[in-house]
Amino acid sequence: MPNTIVAAYDGSAAAGRAVEVAITRASAADAKLVIVHVLEWSPYSFLTPEEIEERHGRRKEEISRAEDTILKPLIADLARKGVTVEAMTRFGHVVETLVKVARDVGASEIIVGRTGQTGFAARIFGSVAGSLAQIAPVPCTIVP
Amino acid sequence: MIQRMDARALSIAALLTLLAGSASAQTMDETINGIFAASTGWFVSFIFAPIPGTNFAWIVAWLVIAASIFTLYFGFIQFRVIRHSLQLVRGDYSDPDDAGEVSHFQALTTALSGTVGLGNIAGVAVAIGIGGPGATFWMILAGLLGMASKFTECTLGVKYRNEYPNGMVSGGPMYYMTKGFAEKGVPGGRFLAILFSIFCILGALGGGNMFQANQAHQQLTGVFGDYPGWITGIIFAAIVFIVIIGGVKSIAQVTEKIVPFMGILYVGTALVIILMNIGSIGWAFTQIFEGAFTDMGITGGAIGALIQGFRRAAFSNEAGVGSAAIAHSAVRTKEPITEGFVSLLEPFIDTVVICTMTALVIIFTQQLMIDPETGLYIMNESGTIATIGDTSGVGLTSAAFGSALSWFPFVLVIAVVLFAFSTMISWSYYGIKAWTYLFGEGATQELIFKLIFCFFVIVGASASLGPVIDFSDAAIFAMAVVNIVALYVLMPVVKREVNSYLRRLKSGEIKKYR
Repeated sequence: MPNTIVAAYDGSAAAGRAVEVAITRASAADAKLVIVHVLEWSPYSFLTPEEIEERHGRRKEEISRAEDTILKPLIADLARKGVTVEAMTRFGHVVETLVKVARDVGASEIIVGRTGQTGFAARIFGSVAGSLAQIAPVPCTIVP
Repeated sequence: MIQRMDARALSIAALLTLLAGSASAQTMDETINGIFAASTGWFVSFIFAPIPGTNFAWIVAWLVIAASIFTLYFGFIQFRVIRHSLQLVRGDYSDPDDAGEVSHFQALTTALSGTVGLGNIAGVAVAIGIGGPGATFWMILAGLLGMASKFTECTLGVKYRNEYPNGMVSGGPMYYMTKGFAEKGVPGGRFLAILFSIFCILGALGGGNMFQANQAHQQLTGVFGDYPGWITGIIFAAIVFIVIIGGVKSIAQVTEKIVPFMGILYVGTALVIILMNIGSIGWAFTQIFEGAFTDMGITGGAIGALIQGFRRAAFSNEAGVGSAAIAHSAVRTKEPITEGFVSLLEPFIDTVVICTMTALVIIFTQQLMIDPETGLYIMNESGTIATIGDTSGVGLTSAAFGSALSWFPFVLVIAVVLFAFSTMISWSYYGIKAWTYLFGEGATQELIFKLIFCFFVIVGASASLGPVIDFSDAAIFAMAVVNIVALYVLMPVVKREVNSYLRRLKSGEIKKYR
């Protein structure tokens, strides 16, 4: 089974740096690179009747918007550099979804960026990198 | 329908004249009340007509018989699948690839926020105030049986919904009546659908709107002192207006998020009060069981308790009414039956848990006055049981909670206003679905209905409880009359779905994802 590396990407500068690191690692290890974009979604949130009615359409819009504005530019950019990747959009809790994808594709490593929040904001909102480091089933690289 | 519209337009004009004029506030409430009671009386008397030779309203028998038939026909489905229902809500059977779609949990909570409302707080107090503690017993029984009705209608709601190319979904009794009947070759589906839509519009304006506004006003006057109902009405109407017409969804979203927590707080507080009075548990349950089967001096005796219990349970959990079928139909699921399994939890949570809590608090805190010599309840001239503070409806619930925790009536005000508001938002949606079924989809059609809806908020807050509650019940029960006919015709379809699903679940073909 070929080596696979999962990198999280949300269009931010930090995520861009994570992808850079992931490309270097992947080419060094001759590994396949999977880019994951997670749309935050909880099945336990509360919706109004109208939101429920519109949800299916909204979901399609959200996926196509994410692919058009976030994943496609990245893939095109990487293609120019001669790097091919597999990209996917998923709904769910960001950290749990990354872990699940890593398991599903049999990844040997997860690479994420971090925003570098400290203090109050980080305490309130938590951080993807921090939580991932806690529960990742495979080695996890956090790119500053 | 057109004549009714004219009548409404006239009453709008009458109201505006009054607003402009110098009529004193109290007179205005009385005027609105008078116009309202006079124009709805005939409808109410028809729906609550007694079975000839008895004083038993035919409509109550209709609902209970239906719920019992569904319970037997599906072999006590509500007790057999409840564990599976909980697993579905937890997401154990949800395909991870469908993440981002509406989950069973979301469908359940949204439908619940439409049904958990003042029926649970004020309606129960009305039932206990007229029917005595014995009404609680019948209310719980009606809740348990109602689970089967809800299961049947929600399964059909999903199965026969309309899906549009833009991903929008429209479902509900109107659609299973037309599509389901056509599939079986039974005539009259379209006629029933039209009838249902008319009643659904009235129900949206009645129980889903006026009753809510009315009881919210009563609760507010309890805290801020007496003031005219139309003031509450206009404030409420303005907020509803900016949400449903102005498209300010954030208010509705905030409400949807707070309501579940208020529900938990309400049940939690009720449990605390019951624990504070735990010494009277033996007495309370004796009152409930004796009241359910023997004459405790209330109007109509044990039958009176039964009618009140069933009536308020049906009004509160809306099982068999068809409203939940509209709410649940938008869920994406490969198996319509799973939505039925989830929806049967609603009458349980709504009636068996929340309504019962209200009833127990009123009984445990001994708000109802008993003649110490005879042991019978003391009746006042209007045929209701005399209470300590001469309260009724939401006032009685508030007094009962307040007698144990003096600060709780303030929390209850917030709960009542929020419950009232979220129920109004849900019912405005059901009303729109029925309205656009009749008059066609379109922004103008929706706007007309929404304006009428806002106007009725003012009427509801101004009118007195009697006519409002009678009309609200009558409209909601009229929906059930039509809906249950359709459920009888289509229940074999549901049976096929149940059998097929349960067989595949047993064989492992339907698999758990976690």
